[in-house]
Amino acid sequence: MTHHVLVGSGIAALSAAEAIRGADAAARITLVSDETGPFYSRPGLAYLLTGAIPERQLSIRSKAEVSALSIKRISARAEQLWPARHELRLSDDSILGYDRLLIATGAASIAPVFPGADLDGVVLLDGVDQARDFVGRAKKAQSAVVIGGGSTAIELAEGLQARGVQAHYFLRGDRYWSRVLDAEESALVEAGLARTGVAVHRRTEVVRVLGRNGRVVAVETSHGDTLKCQLVAVAIGVRPRVTLADEAGLEVDRGIVVSERMESSAADVFAAGDVAQAFDPALGRAVLDTLWSAAAEQGRVAGLNMAGRPTVFHRHVALNVTQLGDLVTTVIGEVGGSEDPDLITITRGQSEAWSGATEGTTLVRHDATDRIRIHINDRTILGAVIMGDQALSLPLTRLIANRVDITPIRDTLIERPEMLASTLLDFWHSLTPWDHAPPYDHHARLAG
Amino acid sequence: MPRKKHLPVDQERLALLRSSRVEPVPGRCVQCGLCSWNCPTGIDVRGFARRGLPIDDARCLKCGTCVARCPRAVLQFSPVPRAIA
Repeated sequence: MTHHVLVGSGIAALSAAEAIRGADAAARITLVSDETGPFYSRPGLAYLLTGAIPERQLSIRSKAEVSALSIKRISARAEQLWPARHELRLSDDSILGYDRLLIATGAASIAPVFPGADLDGVVLLDGVDQARDFVGRAKKAQSAVVIGGGSTAIELAEGLQARGVQAHYFLRGDRYWSRVLDAEESALVEAGLARTGVAVHRRTEVVRVLGRNGRVVAVETSHGDTLKCQLVAVAIGVRPRVTLADEAGLEVDRGIVVSERMESSAADVFAAGDVAQAFDPALGRAVLDTLWSAAAEQGRVAGLNMAGRPTVFHRHVALNVTQLGDLVTTVIGEVGGSEDPDLITITRGQSEAWSGATEGTTLVRHDATDRIRIHINDRTILGAVIMGDQALSLPLTRLIANRVDITPIRDTLIERPEMLASTLLDFWHSLTPWDHAPPYDHHARLAG
Repeated sequence: MPRKKHLPVDQERLALLRSSRVEPVPGRCVQCGLCSWNCPTGIDVRGFARRGLPIDDARCLKCGTCVARCPRAVLQFSPVPRAIA
């Protein structure tokens, strides 16, 4: 009977457990994590912050589904790994042996370094415990400062506003999330934030956080002002939690380097999710991403391989959907982007694959409420950013994922940018004459 | 004598609802559960989305609450496919 040990309790670990159990009813599965509650949706924490859903609604599996997995859960951290001995040392100093190990420890928020960063009231958002703590603090606060970028910073600001706290969002540069968005897109998001009451401060940094009795009372800004606040919420990026793998001598770049079967450099040790750095054959390099659906798929592939069913991780096109300000925004494939002074590393819900540097042409259509930006080369669409109306989201995802040859419409796209949406939709309909757009398993038909 | 009042009926909307159902777009859902939480008849919409299945539940009113509440535009009304002979 094979003993599978999973370190972590996010979607990668859960998906691995489900894949292992599906392949091997007799396998022994042990899950080690210092999070002991139900399996939950990490991206859903944003809606816990705003109060749109209660905490119990974040649970993503029923009790019956969890018990059917027959997992033994150990409440501890894995402190040390001996890959040759196939053993782990846990935080309670017990030794746990394994036949196959999955490291799915995710990524951790980076703490700020300005003076006062250790004061009570400087907060990060990683898991449900911190989200709960954040909500408790927000109930008692009048105003708060948010620093960082990406969707997490926006979620923090909107969570504060929704709970009656005045949020002050500090941007180091001129605009929001320049790593992924262009200047107009940033402006749209900033306008949406302003409508919800968030005060956006451009070219503003926290110099130090001021405290009284160990608690945050204000920040001093780079303009020399003092701004009263009870909370400083920080989302300046995340880093894969690689310490366990690194100290055990596994190959680690920025994340744990894994093969297309999610195998690490050590025998019988796998990694999946935000902690893994998987090779992308399309890009020709290993990339990090912090996308939920990618983590779920990597976990599933790792689980199948651990259970002895050889399976390859096919990186689907990097895609994320997020609500930025009041705009639903979908980012697909390579969309370019520039330096982002608000982020030290990648943020949650982002992919390094987006910032591809492939040469190409950028086309934009923008009307009163919606905006579409596509990035094309001679034959295909490389990436897209769709804000507002999402009618083109699915067609563009598939056109990009399948590298569909757009030669028949390329000239029209370039010459008539105002017709971008209808040109793309007509082209899409000509490729999919069936009534009912089928899911991804029909890719082959399109690509052929 | 008071005139009899008729409720306005949007025939176009009714026809659309009759011939459509709510479907998840694959790859977009993060299982946050806002859809299920807001469903007036208590359907586990999130469970359908997880399996990539259309919301095929007799309780579905096709009211569109889940479609409107989803923060990631996962759900959409799609035509019911014609029966395959």
